[in-house]
Amino acid sequence: MSGANDPYDPKQVAALSPEALDAAVAAARDAFAGAADLAGLAAVRPAHLGDRAPVLLARRELGALPPAARADAGKRVNAARVAVTEAYDARLAVLEVERDARALAEERVDVTLPWDRTPRGARHPLTTLTDRIADVFVAMGYEVAEGPELEAEWLNFDALNISTDHPARSMMDTFFVAPEDSGLVLRTHTSPVQARTMLERRPPIYVIAPGRVYRTDELDATHTPVFHQVEGLAVDRGLTMAHLRGTLDHLARQLFGADATTRWRPSYFPFTEPSAEFDVWFPEHRDGPRWVEWGGCGMVNPRVLTACGIDPEEYTGFAFGCGIERALQFRHEVGDMRDIVEGDVRFTRAFGVEQ
Amino acid sequence: MRVPIGWLAEYVDLPAGTSVEDLDTAFVRLGLEVEEVHRTPETTGPLVLGRVLEIEELTGFKKPIRYCQVEVGEEAPRGIVCGARNFAVDDLVVVALPGAVLPGGFEIAARTTYDHVSDGMICSVRELGIGEDHAGILVLGDVGLPPGTPAAGVLGLDDVVIELNVTPDRGYCLAMRGIAREIGTGLAVDWRDPGSVTPPAWSGEAAWQVQVADPSRCDRFSMIAMEGLDPTAPSPWWMRRRLTQSGIRSISLPVDVTNYVMLELGQPMHAFDRDAVRGPIVVRPAAPGERVTTLDGADRALDPDDLLISDDSGPIGLAGVMGGATTEIGDGTTSVLLEAAHWEPTGIARTVRRHKLPSEAAKRFERGTDPEMTMVALARAAALLAEHGGARVVGSPVDPDTRDPRPAIPLHAGRPARIAGVAYPPSQVVEALSAVGASVDGDGDLLQVTPPSWRPDLTDPADLVEEVVRLAGYDDIPSVLPNVPPGRGLTDRQRSRRSIGRALAEAGYVEAPAYPFVGTAALDALGLPDNDVRRQVVVVRNPLSEEEPGLRTTLLPGLLATLARNLSRGQRDVAVFEHGAVFPGDRRTPAPIPGVDTRPDDETLAALLDAVPAQPWHVAVALTGNREPRGWWGPGRPADWADAVEAARVVAATAGVELTVRAADRAPWHPGRCAELLVGEQVVGYAGELHPRVCAALELPARSCAMELDVDALPAAPIPVGPPVSSFPPVHMDAALVVHQRHAEADVRKYLIEGAGELLESLRLFDVYAGAQVLEGHRSLAYSFTFRASDRTLTGDEAKEAFDRAIAIVGEFFDAALRG
Repeated sequence: MSGANDPYDPKQVAALSPEALDAAVAAARDAFAGAADLAGLAAVRPAHLGDRAPVLLARRELGALPPAARADAGKRVNAARVAVTEAYDARLAVLEVERDARALAEERVDVTLPWDRTPRGARHPLTTLTDRIADVFVAMGYEVAEGPELEAEWLNFDALNISTDHPARSMMDTFFVAPEDSGLVLRTHTSPVQARTMLERRPPIYVIAPGRVYRTDELDATHTPVFHQVEGLAVDRGLTMAHLRGTLDHLARQLFGADATTRWRPSYFPFTEPSAEFDVWFPEHRDGPRWVEWGGCGMVNPRVLTACGIDPEEYTGFAFGCGIERALQFRHEVGDMRDIVEGDVRFTRAFGVEQ
Repeated sequence: MRVPIGWLAEYVDLPAGTSVEDLDTAFVRLGLEVEEVHRTPETTGPLVLGRVLEIEELTGFKKPIRYCQVEVGEEAPRGIVCGARNFAVDDLVVVALPGAVLPGGFEIAARTTYDHVSDGMICSVRELGIGEDHAGILVLGDVGLPPGTPAAGVLGLDDVVIELNVTPDRGYCLAMRGIAREIGTGLAVDWRDPGSVTPPAWSGEAAWQVQVADPSRCDRFSMIAMEGLDPTAPSPWWMRRRLTQSGIRSISLPVDVTNYVMLELGQPMHAFDRDAVRGPIVVRPAAPGERVTTLDGADRALDPDDLLISDDSGPIGLAGVMGGATTEIGDGTTSVLLEAAHWEPTGIARTVRRHKLPSEAAKRFERGTDPEMTMVALARAAALLAEHGGARVVGSPVDPDTRDPRPAIPLHAGRPARIAGVAYPPSQVVEALSAVGASVDGDGDLLQVTPPSWRPDLTDPADLVEEVVRLAGYDDIPSVLPNVPPGRGLTDRQRSRRSIGRALAEAGYVEAPAYPFVGTAALDALGLPDNDVRRQVVVVRNPLSEEEPGLRTTLLPGLLATLARNLSRGQRDVAVFEHGAVFPGDRRTPAPIPGVDTRPDDETLAALLDAVPAQPWHVAVALTGNREPRGWWGPGRPADWADAVEAARVVAATAGVELTVRAADRAPWHPGRCAELLVGEQVVGYAGELHPRVCAALELPARSCAMELDVDALPAAPIPVGPPVSSFPPVHMDAALVVHQRHAEADVRKYLIEGAGELLESLRLFDVYAGAQVLEGHRSLAYSFTFRASDRTLTGDEAKEAFDRAIAIVGEFFDAALRG
């Protein structure tokens, strides 16, 4: 090491010569370029950027220069150091990219492997279709009304103008509940919810009542003793059959496409007068567009309004009901009723959670 | 109701070219649903009328055989072999000549049989495809046509029968008379009413002595007597054919005539063997203890509500439903009493139900017949019996008639328009009601409408509105959406039910709603103790299966059966759920049945609604096999009790409430693996592994699991409050605690949380260990604590202090020690 006031000895400061610095930079570049990987680079680093590296040793010799020469040499040394550092950084970046690429390539997996670790569940299509129908009406402003499946006979029949000895009553294939005077039945339709609603609320009434109902039919490909209906009821001033048709047409479009519509056939229900059965024009039926029988509807019989305490001179109402199983059968091409009721998970899974 | 088009055309001028499809459309528009169209199977080739000229009895064969000479309109008769014996020389028969092909591809050719050449075949109705009878060949009476005439027309082979489903309000359409009116009106063509006949004025002594003791149930009872009936006279072919087409078997001329007139006019009739009737006929309710043997041979105990036709010997018929055996028309009957009455419909309905005895007559009486038709029908029947059976009316008819005049119904002419939303002019309203058969009086707005005698269903203005709209056509009604006032959307309860279903489905459960019927066997299989409240089921009086007369009090029988069914179909890993109502049967008050003329008073209504038992909404899951399947990632994870408990937590979470769990012992669960599910202090359900005996009884794999929870018992979730979220760093600490096995983890955790105080952000159990490293009877519970302050960076000391407090409390209460 040279003292501050030592005489200038060019030999002593040979390390500061441009040639020496250029050589050091070149040697560093060669060494870095020669490093095949990050470990190799790390191994050569101390020789070119460590404390004993030529460019750093050269810096120490600066003090040995006369002040006039010092600035110049300092610049050279710095430039050399920057050049070596840059060379190092550049090589480092290249090698890191190489390493990362290698690592990512090694980590490649077969993304087509199945990951069915979580079993797939599903809601029953009767549920999802019921919800879908209810939503159509809720969106219009209807409310969802409910009633019990084990129902008062009076609400299931009498209040709906189906008197004890009326043929319509025996045609309902009712499950009766013990004892004989219980006054209870398994509801044969969702229509008692109409009566409950009208007994409970004042018009205007706009409700939809989905639910499970019962008839004494044996299970076969087209019948089931336990099935589901959706009942709609509207009671307000000035309601007409035209409003009923508009409502059913709207429902048909929501479920069966923009071209769907309804067709009515005169029929008979004791609780509506006039009454009709309605068919739906289903453009996407698997066997080609066609009319499909779906449900019953009509204007609420004034006798029913009276039994529920609503003045039939002031209010009119319409009601409709349709089978969910039936809709499921034609909307989803389900051929056999038993598939709907038996709870086979293979059937239900096909419908997913929201169908 | 089966409508042969050929018969219909007798009354209605069907336009030329009217197709079956046209009629089908017209019927449907009128509200008469077409159930089926029946066509006779096709016959091709020569089928002609033949007259039997000679019969040679062939002997020496296994059965008697006839070789007949039959004239078929050719130069010479044909020789035909025939095995039937129900015909004689001169009879007119139907012959299929060689080249004919009968229904079923039966080809006729000349062939040698029984040593004779048979040059054709004499046909039975079954061979012709127009009936079931194959006991003999078809013998036509005199049809006024010569042999050789093609037979198809006479036989009505091309006649099509349209089968209608007639709704119960329209009894008049259970007769050709009503159908003719409807289709004539519907097609706007001329038609004739077969009921507009004036009965002849018979005179003489009254045919019989008749007394109607209960005019409120029989306001018209008409009867005539006939003598000189030829008991061997057959029913004419056309009558037999129409009865067959209508689905009614031909029996004898008098019976066939009464059935035919019923089909024609809608008035059921009964024919008594006059010689068997003893003394005056009385129409009266049955006396207690009385019995009658009806035509079907059944001996029936009568109810005082049953209405009878009786004579001195006692009951001779169940009025309007079925005649009695003692006065039945027999093979030798030459003298008959014909009766046609008008019965009160609901009484008939009660008798039908009571005796489970539906009949063609009762079906019409229940729906209401036309009281104007009794004498018309008797006259029509008398004419037919005279023409075909040689009988003649004796004496004058009896016809006690106590009917009240039918009141007129007031109808505002604008009402149909107001209901339909279609502007019908008043003239159209009057026209439609007249077409229905009503007489319409009144001027201006208010009409007085008297419905026709055959329409007992028309009682209210609304009924008349329907007739107007129906005849105008439902297709005219426009489609208009009503202005619905805004609604409240789904209720929280409704939303919650949907969320529960969705959450379980997303957790891998498949929804499987089952029938709610249960029997003792299913409850036994669950191992329910005798006094278990779930054994108190609501019982159905007329169950589909006597094995399952009850309604479920728990979802498990149905759900576990579904599980078993899936397994039996080859599934291994199954997780299913159901949510729906259950029907506790532990409470009974009969529901009142008030009137319907006004709203029931509040007290009655409350009693009515209260008598309907609460039907809580339950949710249940059942699972077996692997909860997570085996795969390339490794082995599967078998479903266990904890999955069942977790399903309950999923349900509770969607409902926004927190469940706590404690050990319980309840069927059908494993006594050591049953969790009681609580919200606060209220038990809401159970979950766990099923009892081994239950699995065995239900043929489920061992260790199948289940959960059931009363959704309605979950309290309404409070509106959640957004918690302050601290952004200061947490402090994590772990601890393994050795506690005795008898202590429930939930209790340990509860105390740890309490002890740690409010700095504890979360506590998670990450390991449970029992084995050589811990004391016998003990286990190690390893917890990870996260501490955090809401307002500052927590120091290690603060966290440690809270942690120590937690450990100390647990140490004190559970004798727990930190594991080294």
